[in-house]
Amino acid sequence: MRPNRTIAAALLLAAGLGAGSPGAQEKSKAIQEIEKYRAALGDDNPAELWESRGEDLWKAKRGPKNASLEACDLGLGPGVVKGAYTVLPKYFEDSGKVEDLESRLVTCMVTLQGFTPEQAKKDPFGGPGKKVPMDALVAYVAAQSRGMKMNVAGTHPKEVEAYEMGRKIFFYHGGPHDFACETCHGADDKRIRLQDLPNLTKTSDAQRAYTTWPAYRVSQGEVRSMQWRLNDCFRQQRFPELEFASPASIALTMFLAKNANGGVMNAPAIKR
Amino acid sequence: MADPMKIRAAMAGDKVEVKVLMAHEMETGQRKDSKGAVIPAWFIQTVTATVNGKTVLSAEWGPAVSKNPFLSFRCAGKPGDKVTITWVDNHGDKRTDEAVVAG
Repeated sequence: MRPNRTIAAALLLAAGLGAGSPGAQEKSKAIQEIEKYRAALGDDNPAELWESRGEDLWKAKRGPKNASLEACDLGLGPGVVKGAYTVLPKYFEDSGKVEDLESRLVTCMVTLQGFTPEQAKKDPFGGPGKKVPMDALVAYVAAQSRGMKMNVAGTHPKEVEAYEMGRKIFFYHGGPHDFACETCHGADDKRIRLQDLPNLTKTSDAQRAYTTWPAYRVSQGEVRSMQWRLNDCFRQQRFPELEFASPASIALTMFLAKNANGGVMNAPAIKR
Repeated sequence: MADPMKIRAAMAGDKVEVKVLMAHEMETGQRKDSKGAVIPAWFIQTVTATVNGKTVLSAEWGPAVSKNPFLSFRCAGKPGDKVTITWVDNHGDKRTDEAVVAG
């Protein structure tokens, strides 16, 4: 028996979204050590448990209409899951909206399974002792794009509009600390505590960050979606709560996803 | 009813390498919830692994093991052998899953 994550978790210091460009050699060594730790964990990512639960949920007949999600169009046609995460967010004719994965799943739960939008959005994130379908579905769908390149079109006028709105939100300063996403993610070598933060205005960092979400957070024991990541970034900035699957959250995702085009998906990843 | 385990068993040289992911909260009994009330302990206490019915590993676990634990070990065996893993937690809840050793 090899003591793996159990003990290693104690060693976990600072596994960030992605590293900046480390100046001092010492720092780059620390980052290398963290990379080694992550590689060791990669083999036993508990996100797999979410993926298999998500696959069951995708195929399960649920809701008032007693239907599965198998006919859901995630952007590559009804029922196509493979590679779908790489083209999202995307404009959908049927809903007349730009949707990311989470909001698209909500749409499908409403149109196919007959849930009300309130029901479909009720529990967006899991917590201690609370397993929610959304996390599992997100893990399952994202996993089907592993190894594929991000390829968000962003050409439809609505998509262009969302991207521009996302860019504005990214650079918008506000809140009690006069913060913006850009405050932490607009320059190299920024960090929160020991956690290196990616410079999301730089393609390589943007790709590295985006392609590793959703992720299993060891410290929380949960798979976290992109919607959760953004929601928590807003909390950390002391902004008003970013509403789940709201146009603002989708616009910001659009901005981040399109900037990550060409990056190879490796999610659900594992993070500290 | 607990979620299924993920079990992978494959040959690594002349031994079988078994990797198991278990879905479990593994509450220590030391934590408090948002209202300040202690969250009761809830963790896996015993883990048993058998190959073709013969016990190859039995472990006693405690609250120091992480949430959603991962277990990896090597034992004697050959392709086609049936690996069975069982855990029992302190609620008496148990879960058994099987896998066949890949070639």
